Amino acid sequence: MTYLHNIGAYFLMIKEMFRKPTKWTVMKQLILKDIDDLIIGSLGIVAFISFFVGGVVTIQTALNIDNPLIPKYLVGFATRQSIILEFAPTFMSIIMAGKVGSFITSSIGTMRVTEQIDALEVMGINSLNYLVFPKFISLLLYPFIISIAMFLGILGGMAACVYGGFSTLEDYNVGIQTDFETFHVTYAFIKTFVFAFVLATIPSFHGFYMKGGALEVGKASTTSFVWTSVVIIVLNYFLTQMLLS
Amino acid sequence: MIEVNNLHKSFGDVEVLKGISTTFEKGKTNLIIGQSGSGKTVFLKCLLGLFDYEEGTIAYDGKIFSLLSEDEKRNIRAEIGMVFQGSALFDSMTIAENVMFPLQMFTKQSKSEMEDRVDFVLKRVNLDDAHKKMPSEASGGMQKRVAIARAIVNKPKYLFCDEPNSGLDPKTAIVIDNLIQEITDEYQITTVINSHDMNSVMEIGEKIVFLRNGLKAWEGSNKTIFKTDNEVVTDFVYSSNLFKKVRKMYLEENE
Repeated sequence: MTYLHNIGAYFLMIKEMFRKPTKWTVMKQLILKDIDDLIIGSLGIVAFISFFVGGVVTIQTALNIDNPLIPKYLVGFATRQSIILEFAPTFMSIIMAGKVGSFITSSIGTMRVTEQIDALEVMGINSLNYLVFPKFISLLLYPFIISIAMFLGILGGMAACVYGGFSTLEDYNVGIQTDFETFHVTYAFIKTFVFAFVLATIPSFHGFYMKGGALEVGKASTTSFVWTSVVIIVLNYFLTQMLLS
Repeated sequence: MIEVNNLHKSFGDVEVLKGISTTFEKGKTNLIIGQSGSGKTVFLKCLLGLFDYEEGTIAYDGKIFSLLSEDEKRNIRAEIGMVFQGSALFDSMTIAENVMFPLQMFTKQSKSEMEDRVDFVLKRVNLDDAHKKMPSEASGGMQKRVAIARAIVNKPKYLFCDEPNSGLDPKTAIVIDNLIQEITDEYQITTVINSHDMNSVMEIGEKIVFLRNGLKAWEGSNKTIFKTDNEVVTDFVYSSNLFKKVRKMYLEENE
């Protein structure tokens, strides 16, 4: 029953988020601040993780291809497919649910605990539009992060492949260009947009409707991470089924 | 003026407000007092529109809030200033930005006009050199004064304060009390203060509403509270030996 109530409250929150917009001059500043916090602030960790995970995918693939009949360029091919189809859009989103999601939940939750949200409401401001809408708009730039993750993942794979001696640079380059389908990138970006919406709204929901004090802010952050990850994984399954099969 | 008529509010089966009727007058500091759990905060949140209520009416200068359209409600809210118990300053903004916030949201003033107004109100609350500080760098008393500055910057008609003295030392508490009373008098605001600070009751309680178990148990002022025989009020207000002595002296002097 609680789950149903929360699902209903979540969709009502989304509806309310688009009502009674905040003054544009103020909203513009909020969006720019959220782009800085959520997008620019995530570039470092995304670059670091993508580069090294790309390298690990390549090493694992190369070590598992021990049949001499399998061409070496398949290492690059497998790395590209893994990175573009799943690692960058899906697993990076789960990492972002931890990084960005926790930040959103704890910052909004702290505002709730310290009555800052009440202060907005008393002034007659639509607090959901003021707090959540800029996060949603700034996360529309999330595909930009995922593009970087794709590029660096493949680059990391190349570095690991060439410097680890698993295949030559030429083989790797052939691999990453073999049977390339542009729709796979489109599919990845469609998923990314959906996940961006999830990343902006589910953590906001958990922060906005939390009750209690500092301890509950921590609990809300954890719950928000769990639910954001679950929803991303479930949506990933259905989107893959719909778009690729 | 704010008129409250037969206000009822429940949470589930628990009735917190059981039919409160009172009037908060313009240009006066109106205090709501009562023990913890008496329904003060719920009453204040109903007045602010943060809680819906089941029965009764709240009228702001004759306009019954629950009958207004969303736009009209928003207009009334724009005329409300609120000082929260914990100040509720936006911690991502500087003190000047906090104070400027209502102007940015509700007026079409130019940046220089807004800055002038912020300078004026910060000076009014004796904080003329704190513009660039963050709320976390300010003391409790300073934060309260910033909250007052933010509440009055847009020239509100109604000022609500939820325990403005909590967590402050007695000297700072008196400064805050006096500031609220001066502002109320100067701008002829309808001020409603939720408090259980007996110093505030004696100092600035031009009208006092005493709540007990969700009901209005007594109504009067800081002048009449000394003379009341209402045991519920005297038990609460004169629970400390100091206030018992003060009352005794007052009554002896006025016999």
